[in-house]
Amino acid sequence: MTRSFFLRTPSLLIFLICLALFTFATTLAAHYGLMSTSFVKTLGKTLCLCLAALAMDLIWGYAGILSLGHMAFFALGGYMIGMWLMYARTEEIVITSLANSGLPATPEEIQQGIASQIFGVVGASDLPTIWAFAHSLPLQLFLVIALPGLLALIFGWLAFRSRVTGVYLSILTQAMTLALALYLFQNDSGLRGNNGLSGLQNIPGLDATSQDSISLWFFWASAAALALAYLALTWITSGKFGSVIRAIRDDEARVRFLGYSVEGYKLFVFTLTAIITAIAGALYYPQAGIINPAELAPIASIYLAVWVAIGGRGRLYGAVIGAAVVSLLSSWFTGGRAPSIPLGFMTINWVDWWQVLLGAAFVCVTLFAPKGIGGLFDRFAGFHAPDRKGAPLGPDQGSLQEKEALE
Amino acid sequence: MSQLLEVSGVTVSFDGFRAINNLTFSIGPAELRAIIGPNGAGKSTFMDIVTGKTKPDSGTVTFGEKSASLLKLSEAKIARAGVGRKFQRPTVFEDQTVTENLTLALKAARSPWRVLGWRVKGPDLDRITALAQQVGLADHLPRKAGELSHGQKQWLEIAMLLAQEPRLLLVDEPAAGMTLAEREKTTELLVDIAKTRAVVVVEHDMEFVRRLNCRVTVLHEGSVLAEGSLDHVTKNQDVIDVYLGRG
Repeated sequence: MTRSFFLRTPSLLIFLICLALFTFATTLAAHYGLMSTSFVKTLGKTLCLCLAALAMDLIWGYAGILSLGHMAFFALGGYMIGMWLMYARTEEIVITSLANSGLPATPEEIQQGIASQIFGVVGASDLPTIWAFAHSLPLQLFLVIALPGLLALIFGWLAFRSRVTGVYLSILTQAMTLALALYLFQNDSGLRGNNGLSGLQNIPGLDATSQDSISLWFFWASAAALALAYLALTWITSGKFGSVIRAIRDDEARVRFLGYSVEGYKLFVFTLTAIITAIAGALYYPQAGIINPAELAPIASIYLAVWVAIGGRGRLYGAVIGAAVVSLLSSWFTGGRAPSIPLGFMTINWVDWWQVLLGAAFVCVTLFAPKGIGGLFDRFAGFHAPDRKGAPLGPDQGSLQEKEALE
Repeated sequence: MSQLLEVSGVTVSFDGFRAINNLTFSIGPAELRAIIGPNGAGKSTFMDIVTGKTKPDSGTVTFGEKSASLLKLSEAKIARAGVGRKFQRPTVFEDQTVTENLTLALKAARSPWRVLGWRVKGPDLDRITALAQQVGLADHLPRKAGELSHGQKQWLEIAMLLAQEPRLLLVDEPAAGMTLAEREKTTELLVDIAKTRAVVVVEHDMEFVRRLNCRVTVLHEGSVLAEGSLDHVTKNQDVIDVYLGRG
C-alpha cells in the first residue's frame, strides 16, 4: 500500500528528496560560516510561507474557494505562540531583577512585574484575561491550533451554510482579516495594540544558546513541518477526498446530487487549512522576532493567493515553488541588495519598483503560463493540454483532444 | 401497490408566476414514466422540487415505504435517501477519469471523515468495471471524462446514477444530442433499469417516448393535463390543443 502510494504520486518523493537536500546544504553552509544567521532565518521563514501556501493551494487550487483571509490565521498562530514567548521571557527578567532586592518575591509581585513590563507600553499594568494561559507552553501551543481552528469553524459555518460562494466569499474573508486587524490595533484589545509582540526571537530558558543554533533549530522544524504537511496533503488529495473536493470546485451542484454535503466538505477544508496556516505562523514569528496587527492586513492574504497563482494552482509543489521564489525575490529586491538602475531622467529603485515587477510577473504568468511555474514541469514531461481557446466542442465532435476534433 | 414517490397538491411560484400549480403525481417502486409538456410547463421545476433544490410554497412530497417527507431534507440527504438525478446537459467531472467519476458516485459513506479514510477495495473495482461494461465504457476507464464523446458522457452519467443505487431516477432529456444508434441503446438501458427501480424520464422527443412504451404524464402550466398510454394522451383534445398542435 505504502509503496504504491509513493509510486502513484511520484512528485512526493522528488519533493521530499529536494527538501532534504536543501536542508542539508543549508545546515552545512551555516555550520561552516558560509551563510549568515539572518539568512538562515530568512530561509526558515520562507519554508513557513511555503507551508501556508500549501494550505492555500488545498483550499483554492483543489477546493476552488478563493479565501483572501488565511493570513489572519497565520498571524493568530503567531500571536498565540508569541504570548507565551513574551510572558516566559519577561518572567525570567522580572525574577532576576526582584532577586536583587533582598526579600524573596511573592507570586503576586512577579505577576505584577510581568504585567507592567509587558503592558507599560500601552499604559496598562494588569494582565488582560486573554493572557490567562500565557504562563503555560502546552496551553498556548494548544491555542495555536484551537483558536484559529475555532474561528475558521464558526466563520466557515456561517458563510458556507448560507451558500456564499465565489467572489462574495472572497470579500467576506477579506472583511474578516481586516476586522481582526483593526480590533488588534486597539490598545485595549489586550495584545499591545500596534506595538504587537516583540523580542520573540529570544527563547525562554535558552539564554546560553546562541542565535546561530536557535535559527538552525527553527529552520529544521520548519522544514520538518513542511515535509509532514506535504506528505499529509498528498495523501488527502490523492484519494477519494481529493476527488470530491476537485469535483466541488468544478460543479458544486452536481456533487450535492451525488449525496455529498458540499457545505460539510468546504467547512472541513477551510478549518483544516486554517490550522495548517496557524502552525506555519507559530513557526514563522519566533524567527521574525516581532508580530503586530499589520501582519493581518488584507494585502498579506492577497500575496498568499499571488504566490499560489504564480507557482501553479492545483498542484502542491507549485504552491511551494511559487511561495519560495516570490518571497525570496521579494526579500532580495526590498532588502536593498538589488542594484538600482540609473536611467538618466530617473532611477529605478527596486525597493519601490519591485511591486511593479511583481505585477508584471503576475500578468505574464497569467498570459503565457496559465498553469504557473509548476505547469512548466508538465512541458518537460511532455504533457500537453489541448489549446481550445475556451471554445466548447459540440455534441457531435465531443472530445477534448484537439487532434481528433480537427479531423 | 403502494407508491414510492407521492407528490400531492404542490404549488410553487416565482415572483408571482405559478411555475407549479396544485400538482399531484405518484410513481410505483418499479415503474417507467415519461413526462412531456411544452416549454415552461414546469418539468424542470418538478424535478427541482423532488430533489430538494426548490422548496414548494404548499403541498407534500413523500418518499419510500415510511412515506417520509422530502421537504425538510437538503439536496445531499435526498440523494442519500435514494433519489438520483440526471441533468439535461451531461454533467460529469471532465477533469477526472472515468474511474474517478464512478468512484465518486459509488454507494458508500459520504461524510468527510469517512471519505478521508476510504480506500478502493476489490469489490468496488469489480462494481466499477461492471457498470462501465453495462454502458459500454469498459475500455475508457483510465481516460479523462472530458475526452469522451457527448453520447459517452451521457452514458457515463447514467452509470454514475446506477452506481449511487437510487430507488428513483429522474432523467432529463437523456437522448438529447445522441445519434440514432445511441438513442436505441439508451432506450434499452432505461427500460432495463425500470425493471428494478422507478424511473421518470422528461423528454421532448415523441419518437423516443414511443419507444419507451410506458405511461405518459402530460404537464401544462404547472399541473397534470392528462395521464395514460401515449396513444391515449395523444388522442386527448386538450393535449392536442396545447402541445401537439404547436409542433
